[in-house]
This record gives sequence, structure tokens and C-alpha cells, in this order.
Amino acid sequence: MTKETAIKVQDLTKTFKIPIEAHSGLKQKMINTLKGRKGYREFTPLKNISFEIEKGDFYGIVGRNGSGKSTLLKSLAGIYTPNNGIVQINGTLVPFIELGVGFNPELSGRENVFLNGALLGFGRKQMEEMYDKIVDFAELHDFMEEKLKNYSSGMQVRLAFSIAIRADADILLLDEVLAVGDEAFQRKCNDYFSRLKKNRKTVILVTHSMDAVQKYCNKALFLDEGQVVFSGNPREVADLYTKQNDIIYANSVTHDVTQDHTSEVIEKKAKYTMKLNAEKKTKDGTARLRQGDMAELDIEWPYKDVRHVGVAFVDELGKDIFSPATFTDGQPDIQGNKLRYRVKLNVSPGTYTFRSVLAGEGGLGIIDRDTTGVDLIVERNSKYTRYVGVTYLEHEWKA
Amino acid sequence: MKLSNVLSIKNQVLLRELVVTDFKLRYQGSALGYAWSVLKPLFLFAILYIVFDKFLRLGRDIEHFPVYLLTGIVLWSFFTEATTNGLQSIINRGALIRKINFPKYIIVISGTISSLINLAINLVVVLVFILLNGVELSWWSLLVIPLIIELYIFALAIAFLLAALNVKFRDIGYLWDIFLQAAFYATPILYPLQMVIKESELAAKLMILNPAAQIIQDVRYVLITTDAVRIQDVVEGWKIYIPFVIIVVISVAAILYFRRTSKYFAELV
Repeated sequence: MTKETAIKVQDLTKTFKIPIEAHSGLKQKMINTLKGRKGYREFTPLKNISFEIEKGDFYGIVGRNGSGKSTLLKSLAGIYTPNNGIVQINGTLVPFIELGVGFNPELSGRENVFLNGALLGFGRKQMEEMYDKIVDFAELHDFMEEKLKNYSSGMQVRLAFSIAIRADADILLLDEVLAVGDEAFQRKCNDYFSRLKKNRKTVILVTHSMDAVQKYCNKALFLDEGQVVFSGNPREVADLYTKQNDIIYANSVTHDVTQDHTSEVIEKKAKYTMKLNAEKKTKDGTARLRQGDMAELDIEWPYKDVRHVGVAFVDELGKDIFSPATFTDGQPDIQGNKLRYRVKLNVSPGTYTFRSVLAGEGGLGIIDRDTTGVDLIVERNSKYTRYVGVTYLEHEWKA
Repeated sequence: MKLSNVLSIKNQVLLRELVVTDFKLRYQGSALGYAWSVLKPLFLFAILYIVFDKFLRLGRDIEHFPVYLLTGIVLWSFFTEATTNGLQSIINRGALIRKINFPKYIIVISGTISSLINLAINLVVVLVFILLNGVELSWWSLLVIPLIIELYIFALAIAFLLAALNVKFRDIGYLWDIFLQAAFYATPILYPLQMVIKESELAAKLMILNPAAQIIQDVRYVLITTDAVRIQDVVEGWKIYIPFVIIVVISVAAILYFRRTSKYFAELV
């Protein structure tokens, strides 16, 4: 750990034990022990995370919901104890997992300020000194002796934020603070961030706003399924994140489209069948494979005179990605009534469709074609995200 | 939980804020407010006094029996309240534990301290009754202070153990409720220990080994009447230290278990 390092995370893994039975209690524990059951399932939101944050970094952490961002933040804040790996913090750290931690609706605004301040590590005297500034900033002079439950949610946020910005730790952890409040409040948030950036504070910001990441962060990290996909330049991280979300959105759209054609698919399948072998499937039976996987397509037909088969692999816009045929590949004539086609999925993530066509002797005369095809989703494999483009081509470099 | 940090300035401030909050919130919205911390044991005392002194006639041969009874009840109420508050403290602060990292023992201590404040108020009431009854106090009466400290340590140790257990097994609260009911009758609070000795000396010996019983009897002895039977009047030799050994053993077990499990409170509460 060099002098300039603020946070160092190495091989951080966090696993939760989630009880399967609804109630946690002695009875259930005894029943489970007697029956030799574990009584819980394991869930690992963070897998071997490593990264380093230097002093003065404004560090963004992005990722979709459920990607492990909050768990990571809570591990940095010391709220969760890692199962494996090391989290080293150099300096004092104040987390803002949520604004207004410990706020109690039955207490007055004033009392809540002192309680919240104590939780953030302020002394009584310090709090008394900055109490007026906090009230000024929150613009709540007339309400401080009223109970918090009589505040509007906007007032509560303003009060909490006014205390939070007083925090003078070496490292600040901010989780989605930008997501609340009206425009005036957002502007105050922006001012605060700009000031933090100017003062070269070490800040870790978890957010869904790619604007914020590009505007404030000098480094960022992209988290997906509990793993670091990419870390470095915030613009690249923002691009990756936006792209991933586009794909997911596009997937959900194509799903809706294909579902309209289910009746047609069944009709076609009566003639001949195409089956894609995959372990993972979505609820409606669409196969899910990862980039770089071998796709295995079994085609069967009831006709006697099929000698050649062509398989098309098209993207969601219907554009051919790669469509070979047995005839053009120089394969001998087919004698039976089934065929297996295997192809390595060197393509970018997204939804694709396999279509096939059956032909007679010499590849001439189309006997039947499956126009609806079989859908599959190609999921991102972290090994491939380094490349940009629709496909991975064999290539080499020479100096 | 480094020992040097246990009462650092930062933790003291937090402890103070939590205790103050607890105390403010306790009687929220009730007309009599704090007066209830005095009224509750007084009413209990009135009921028990009528039942046990006037109808069952238990304390005939004990000097100042009403105050004797009140002292026992006040001390026992503290023990019940401190352990029950402590037991629920971690669960009740779940929202906080999930959002910010701070020493968890502060929560348990703050839960028991508000009971301690209640005890102090109640002891003032006891003192008033003592003076009204014409009991003569001496410098020896100050021995009540180390005895209260002993009782607090005993209650705190149990609170730590139960609070940590309760995070994992939510049945602990109910079990402890039942246990306290039984322990109330197994401790010489309502009846004089002399009565038990008459029936079975062995039973009396076992009863006085309970730290709560030892403390209650000692407090009565130093504060009210030498009629109160102390541990050294019932058992001999090294056995008089058994209550202390029990407290030490529970304390060590509580500290070790709490330290080991408190790391995972955030994901379990």
C-alpha cells in the first residue's frame, strides 16, 4: 500500500446465507439439524473484486440493479465483513448509504440533527458550532423544534443533506444521493460535488447517472454480476454501461415481438424441428448462451429427399451474421433425416435467430424453410468486452 | 472491539445521544411521562404488599417488611428491564446497523443505561420510604453502591449474550420472558429466605447462589434490616464466591460470543 493509496481492495468476496424457510428460529434450526439440511442457500454478490483508489480520486461505481454495487459499498464502509480478501482503508471514512441515517420521526428536527451528527462521528461541541450553518443551508429555521414526522419528505432530505455535507472525513462514500430531491436540490448536490472535486477529496460515488460519472469522476469501475467488468476511464465505463442497457432493452423488445408469433412457430414445427441445446433458458424457453460458447443446433425433418441444409444466423434486425450451407462447405450428400450444426458464438451480446433451409440434390430445389427460426440470447462474457464490434474475427498484428 | 476504543470521545458522544433518544422516546405521548418510571414499581409494590403482607402474612418476623419488599421489587424490575431492553436492542436498531458502521456494543449499553437511570429514580423513592419508616442509615449503607455495580454488570453481561443470540434466533425473547417469570419466584423477593430455610436448607442454599438473590439480600441487609439473610449466613467457605464466579463466567462468554458474531449483525438483522 503506497502512501497515496486511499482504498485498496484485493480479492474481495462476499457471500450471504439466505434462509430458505420463512422464519428464523430455534425450532427451524433444530429441524434442519435433525434432517441434515442446511436451511439456507448461498448467494455471492461479490466475486474476487480487486481495485485501488488513490487519494484525491473521484471514483465512480456503476452497474445495473443487483450487480453488487451496494454490497461493495457496504463492504468498504465496514458494515459487511468480507468472507475473503482484504479491504484496506487509509484514513477516516464516512459512508452515506442513505441520507439521514438514524432519523427518528418522533424527535424534533433539532434533536435529529444532533443524533445524526453523532452517528457521523461529530462531537457535541462541533455540532453546536455548525448547527446554525446546517439550519441555514437547509432553509428550515421555523421548523427545527417541530417533530420530524411533520416534515415533508423534501424537507427531511434537505436537512439530512445539510448535515451530510459537513462531514469532513478523508474518504466519502456516496450512494445514489443524487436520485432524490427537486431541481434546486439537485443543483445544490452538483455544487457540493464540484467543491469536493476542487478540494481533491477522495470520493466514491455509486450512481446510475452516466452524466455524473463523466462530469465528476476521474476513474470509474463497471460492475456486473459481482465482478469487475472494466475499470479505468469514466467515459469508456459510461459507454459500456449504456451499451449494456441498450442491449437489455432491445432484448425485452424483441421478446415481445417474437411472442406474437408463437402460433406460427408451432405450425412450422409440425413440418420439421430445430432444437437448440442450452442449459440456461429464459422463462419462455429462449436459449441463453454466453459469448464464445458453442451453440449446438439439432435439425430433424420428415422428408426423404433432403441432401443439403443451410443455416442462417441473423441478428435482431434480420441481418445475416454468418450463414453457411453444407453444399457450399463441400459436405457430402445427407442420407438420414437429421443433422447437428455447431458454431462458436464469436459475436457481440444480443438476441439472434437461427433459421434453416432444406435443399435437395446439389443444393438445388428448396424442400422447406423455417422462416420463424429459433431465438437465442447471447450474454456478455467479460473476456470479450475488450473488443468493439459485432463479431470477433481471427486477426494478428505485425510490427 | 479494541479496548482502547471502548469509551473513546466519539463513542461517548454516540452513546449519550442514543441514551437521550431512548429516554425521550420512552414516554412519548403519555400524559404522566417520566412519572411512570416511579409509578409502575409503586403500584406493583402496593399490590404485592396487600397480597403478601396483609393476606398471606409472610413478613411478620422481618423489620420494615414493606420497604424490604419494595427494595427487592425495584432491584428485580431493573434486572428484568435491563436484560429485556438489551436483548431487543440490536434487533430494534437493525435499520441503523445496515446503514452505518459503528461499535455495536454501544447499542446494548445504551439499552441498559436507560434502565439504570430508571433504577436511580426508583432508588430515590426507596430512600424516601426508608426514611419514612424510620430506618437508621449509617456509612455502611454506602455499600449499596458496589452492590448496584455488581447487579449492573450481571445484567449487562446477560444483555450482551441475549442480544447476540436474538439476532440469530428470534425465539430468545419469548424464552427469556418465561425464564424471568420462573426466576422471579425462585428468587427470595416476595417471601423471606428464612421461610425457605425452615422448609429445606438445600433449597435455600441453591437459591442464594443466584447472583440476583445474593445482591438483593445484601442490599436489604446494608440498607434496611439485619434480618435479611445473606449468602454467608447460608453457605460456608469458598462457596460464598459462587455468585461472583457465575457473573465472571457469563461476562467472559458474553464478550467472546458478542465479539465473534457482531461482525455479521448487519446482514442478519
